[in-house]
Amino acid sequence: MNTYGWTRRAMLAAATATLAFSGMAKADQMMGQVHFLIPGGAGGGWDGTARGTGEALVNAGLIGSATYENLSGGGGGVAIASLIENAASSDGTLMVNSTPIVIRALTGEISQSFRDLTPVAGTVGDYAAIVVKADSPITSMADALAMYRADGMDFAIGGGSVPGGMDHLVAAIVMQAAGEDPTAFNYIGYDAGGEAMAGLLSGEIDALSTGFSEAIALSDQGVVRILGVTAPERVPASADTPTFAEQGIDAQFVNWRGFFAAPGMDGAKVQAYQDLLAAMMETPEWETVRASMGLVNIYRPGAEFTEFLEAQETQLGDLMRELGFL
Amino acid sequence: MIEGLLLGLAAAVTPFNLMMVVMGCVIGTLIGMLPGLGPMSIIAIMIPIAISIGDPASALILLSGVYYGAIFGGSTSSILLNAPGVAGTVATSFDGYPMARKGMAGKALTIAAVASFAGGTIGTILLMIFAPALSSVALLFHSAEYFALMVVGLSAIAAFAGTGQVGKALMMTILGLMMGTVGEGALSNMPRFTFGIMELQSGFSFITLAMAMFALPEALFLVMNPGRAATGAGGKITNLRISRAEARTIAPVIGRQSIQGFFIGVLPGAGATIASFLGYAVERNLAKGKEQEEFGHGSIKGLAAPESANNAACSGSFVPLLTLGIPGSGTTAILLGALLALSVTPGPRLMIDEPDVFWAVIISMYIGNLVLLMLNLPLIPYIAKILTIPRQYLIPFILFFTLMGSYIGQNNSTELLILVGFGVIATILRFADYPLAPLLIGFILGTMMEDNFARAMQLYRGFDFILERPMTLALLVLAAILVVLPSYRARRARLRAAVVADGD
Repeated sequence: MNTYGWTRRAMLAAATATLAFSGMAKADQMMGQVHFLIPGGAGGGWDGTARGTGEALVNAGLIGSATYENLSGGGGGVAIASLIENAASSDGTLMVNSTPIVIRALTGEISQSFRDLTPVAGTVGDYAAIVVKADSPITSMADALAMYRADGMDFAIGGGSVPGGMDHLVAAIVMQAAGEDPTAFNYIGYDAGGEAMAGLLSGEIDALSTGFSEAIALSDQGVVRILGVTAPERVPASADTPTFAEQGIDAQFVNWRGFFAAPGMDGAKVQAYQDLLAAMMETPEWETVRASMGLVNIYRPGAEFTEFLEAQETQLGDLMRELGFL
Repeated sequence: MIEGLLLGLAAAVTPFNLMMVVMGCVIGTLIGMLPGLGPMSIIAIMIPIAISIGDPASALILLSGVYYGAIFGGSTSSILLNAPGVAGTVATSFDGYPMARKGMAGKALTIAAVASFAGGTIGTILLMIFAPALSSVALLFHSAEYFALMVVGLSAIAAFAGTGQVGKALMMTILGLMMGTVGEGALSNMPRFTFGIMELQSGFSFITLAMAMFALPEALFLVMNPGRAATGAGGKITNLRISRAEARTIAPVIGRQSIQGFFIGVLPGAGATIASFLGYAVERNLAKGKEQEEFGHGSIKGLAAPESANNAACSGSFVPLLTLGIPGSGTTAILLGALLALSVTPGPRLMIDEPDVFWAVIISMYIGNLVLLMLNLPLIPYIAKILTIPRQYLIPFILFFTLMGSYIGQNNSTELLILVGFGVIATILRFADYPLAPLLIGFILGTMMEDNFARAMQLYRGFDFILERPMTLALLVLAAILVVLPSYRARRARLRAAVVADGD
């Protein structure tokens, strides 16, 4: 059925793609056209990020026009293979991607990795959070851990991904940082974020690992309580929410989104794309898109981006090996 | 509630908003008629336009209109071309297409329109009255119950186990369940049964399989069999109107299925598809004797049941969305995204904080349903005329939309190879008189069944959930009854016939 995981984050991104219609060409146009390659279907998270970025670029007058191509299949692998195969003719193409490219390359679901592409820049990210029902007796991560220690396998943590997927890994990072065995807790995987949230509210699971932007919206509605966020410091959008770090749990994770170009792209051209994205992130048009997606800016160009990806690959790879997924 | 209604009326009944309803319905119906473009893609396309309107109530009114219109239009291709564009209208083709083949395309479309209207309207009334109370009902179901519900849905295949077909129907169901396991499964993110083919990692796409099982063999049959006209009655569309007797026959079906469909739609993740299959299965079991035999061969009850159920389920799916902020389906997830972009956060406080939005949406659902009925009824004779197109034009037309429908979903040419490959297999199976609908039912329900089964097993660390959760047990017993009852009845009828014969 639906394999793209229709999460709140994803839809929000798609929905806001064309929010900012106001901007006229104010800044100097830096490029004629950008073609966005989207490895998933219309309406998904990648789709929203690419279209949001494209609209911000066009509305801010930084580029003349943006085109989009949805090429789904193979959990993103089809688009990556296509970009590599057509590298010679893909000078004008930027492919959007996110944390799953790292995870799926590790498991071998995708036969290539980010090293086979030209990383251009990471642009935005979403922190992860552990939440419980608003009326739950659990009020902090310490409470949750105490309950887990008492109940063992009866304490279930759910998430909108299969075991070994992102939401599971985040929960494992938190458990490990809290000094628990990351392989021991009972993780229940759901097909999509919405179903996982329903599982939490129905009392089937005790806690939920989910995206922070998604958690904020439901916490504002009084549906859930956020126990902690995987950010290095408190996030302005939800200043009341404690980080895990301040609860003595050194768990940090960011689900990034960024852009890649075809392998072997000319350095000057890559630089031009980086300048373009950097300029975009300063514009109010981008601010509108970013705010409505509930994401944080994490601009990391070129080598810095590659370094970040390598660090994440090590973090997740070690964990996945320990969990027995590799 | 009266206060809210008035508030909603005031917000919804402005010339601009009424125009939005009509526009949404027209766009939704027209695009929804094309196989391959379901409500989800149409809404995704419409969102930028809706957001640029700015006013949340108007935007949501437009999008709900599109949603309803798409569901409404979706049944058209099921009935006329045997090409269900969304999973929720697969059951519509079971009896809708045989009706069209008998020359009753116009009547089939009329029944579908009336049943959809009734389902949508009753669903909206239930939504209005029960929405706040139902938010807790939506959370009664755990994975164990979802699993059991899928099993109940699967019992719909009993309807295809006609005389001597039980074995074949079961084989096809199991084949469908097996095909549902292709791709990344519920228990890990490792690909299963993909034979190293990257395109299969996310599994088979529903639309491709539906086209391959239903529409493509149909087109091939038309090519191979020159005598087989598109309409049984020599191209004449007769019997547009529903007779009084027929209205009496389908009225209770529509009533029951509107209510049942609504409550299934309330459950996040179940939705219109399960509602339509269950509706079909339940009505078939309730029908008696000759009426029951008609199911699958152009029964008006068999058409009315899934059509009222899937529309009522659409209204039901707004309950978890509006009261909890949980999207229960892909379509409502997209709607949620649109709402958030318009700075409306659905959840328990929506009705308190922004009652005008909440009630305007509900009022617009009534208006939308009414507009759809008024829009569709006069158009039916013209739409039904598609079937009178000479076969040399009609066949390429069907083939074109079949191929296009399967390609649009994924933008991937491998889909076309899968489509043609399975189309050939399906045609051979049809020659051998294997029913193909059970395969599709198995495929649709199989994935969800496995996911929920795996979760239930993991939460209870074994099969204990069947005994520990009374509702699960009850649903499983119900499924067993639904499967066994028809053959028990048939056996009793045979025995009775034998006794009568002896008596002679």
